[in-house]
Amino acid sequence: MSRSPISGPMLVALLALACLCLPLVAGDYYVSFGTEIAIMVLMLSSYRVVLLTGEWSFAHVVLQGVGAYTAAILVKDHGAPFPVSLAAGALTAAGVAGLLSFPLLKMRGFYFLMGSFAAAEAIRLLWRKFRYFGGTKGFSGISAPYLDLGGLSVDFGYPASYFYLTVVIVGLCLAILWQLEQSRLGRIWKTIEQQDLLAQSVGVDTRRYRRIAFVVSAAFAGVAGVLLAYAFGTVTPNRFNLNFALYLMIWAIVGGTRSFHGVILGGIVLMIFDESLRFAEELRSGIYGLILILVMLFWPQGLERLIRLAPGRKGAA
Amino acid sequence: MQFLIETLINSAMASAAAALVVVGLALIFGVMRIENFAHGELYMVGAYATWFFGTSLGLGYWAGVLGAIAVTAVIGAGMELFLFRRLRHNAMGALIITIGVLLVLQTGAGWLFGVNSNLLVDAPVSGAVVIAGVNVPWHRLVVILAAIVVLAALTVVLKTTRFGWALRAVAQDKDAASLQGISIGHISLMAMALSAALAGAAGALMAPIVRISPYMGQPVIITAFIIIILGGIGSIEGAVLAAILYSTFFTFVSTYFDSTIASIAGLCLMLVVLIVKPSGLMGKAQKV
Repeated sequence: MSRSPISGPMLVALLALACLCLPLVAGDYYVSFGTEIAIMVLMLSSYRVVLLTGEWSFAHVVLQGVGAYTAAILVKDHGAPFPVSLAAGALTAAGVAGLLSFPLLKMRGFYFLMGSFAAAEAIRLLWRKFRYFGGTKGFSGISAPYLDLGGLSVDFGYPASYFYLTVVIVGLCLAILWQLEQSRLGRIWKTIEQQDLLAQSVGVDTRRYRRIAFVVSAAFAGVAGVLLAYAFGTVTPNRFNLNFALYLMIWAIVGGTRSFHGVILGGIVLMIFDESLRFAEELRSGIYGLILILVMLFWPQGLERLIRLAPGRKGAA
Repeated sequence: MQFLIETLINSAMASAAAALVVVGLALIFGVMRIENFAHGELYMVGAYATWFFGTSLGLGYWAGVLGAIAVTAVIGAGMELFLFRRLRHNAMGALIITIGVLLVLQTGAGWLFGVNSNLLVDAPVSGAVVIAGVNVPWHRLVVILAAIVVLAALTVVLKTTRFGWALRAVAQDKDAASLQGISIGHISLMAMALSAALAGAAGALMAPIVRISPYMGQPVIITAFIIIILGGIGSIEGAVLAAILYSTFFTFVSTYFDSTIASIAGLCLMLVVLIVKPSGLMGKAQKV
């Protein structure tokens, strides 16, 4: 939460300006990379909703996969237009999360972590197993969205136009997530994290609110999945395996999860860092492991400690 | 019939290796309340160390096994000394740190030995024995026998030595044990070294049979967590029993159907246990 009145709107304006300018100054490669950053930011921000209730989940990446597979199947088998697959992806992911929440939310802590892993991995193996989901190769050749507004038609097959589409959708999602967190619902989530028993004793049905958090978070993961499916044009089961779940967890920890903007800026910084590690592909995961260990030992609040200091200094000047 | 016997022997071998892996995991949870995600990577390090000492340096298989046990024990002790000790009251933090260790060990092995290198470890006893008309490679029996010996030795140590008593006391009640003059730090260090060495020994025993790769620990740790949850977290007897039951189940399903179906069934089994009886087969009732 940025309580400082300057930093919040300024941050939004700066990010919007950066997004607007990126396709004007950068080549296609970096514009596509910008799309990936935007999708990752949505993943981290939606993951944070589960973290607000005090749980770590391994299922988030697979729920993103549910969105991606829904879009892929709708586009490939039924020729669905973009808005339909977007809504269907979000709803399916939320629905799957709703079903999973019944067994999973009986657990907490380590048990929840293992339960979410078991459920997610079982779903992922089903994708690998059945031809309906494309088997181990998944789906490829998902055509880009195409919008026809009575004469004015926009083709989102170009990196720049798809980047703008992604940024607008991610921006809308972030605005909704921000509103949710400021509402009564968000305050209840934070209460559950800090004082579960106390919340229960004053009549808050904590399991119900944890379920809402899990389902809401999954819906936005589903949106991120749909965006990912169109961005790459391919969906494979390996894109949603345990390693990606671990990376999401690491980035949330290293970026910091306390504040809404912390997770966004952390995501952007880490994606750029990730790209700069591309020359050392085989060492990448080890470097993340090392960073994770160091952050846990010496800097448990993550990168956002840096970010938090910045507005304070500005205010003092 | 022959096929059935072959599958049974394969199940026994899988059970033996799995038991060695999960006993270490259960031990460390009992003493330190830490879920070690890097445990599968210690198994992987054990296999690589066996190749390095046994084949590359040419010291022979059994020297390789001893080397594997020594290397993994040192890594385990290091994890306790430099990482877990600093996060004594933060179980989730320690769990997250073990994920970091997992990635570092995995990358380290790939960097040192190459990701796709084809390292071969020769079995100490070559050839095969014929049991009821089935050719069984000797090493499969060596794995089963070695696992039984190691588990028996572990039981003797835990039940009869002062160290074993102290360790079980810490597992039961940390504060009470500490009041009796047992050093929690010392016991944790020993337990972590022992747990890691058990994983290393399992990796060393399986090295001649499986393909050695930096990622070989991942299916192992997934299986191990399924078994741990089936057996009841922290219960060593439950872990051994669940290792035998689950490995037999998994081997039969993957032989008669396929391994993906076996994995899905295993994960669903774990979910069911988590929902219906989170304390597992033999675990103590715990708040979930």
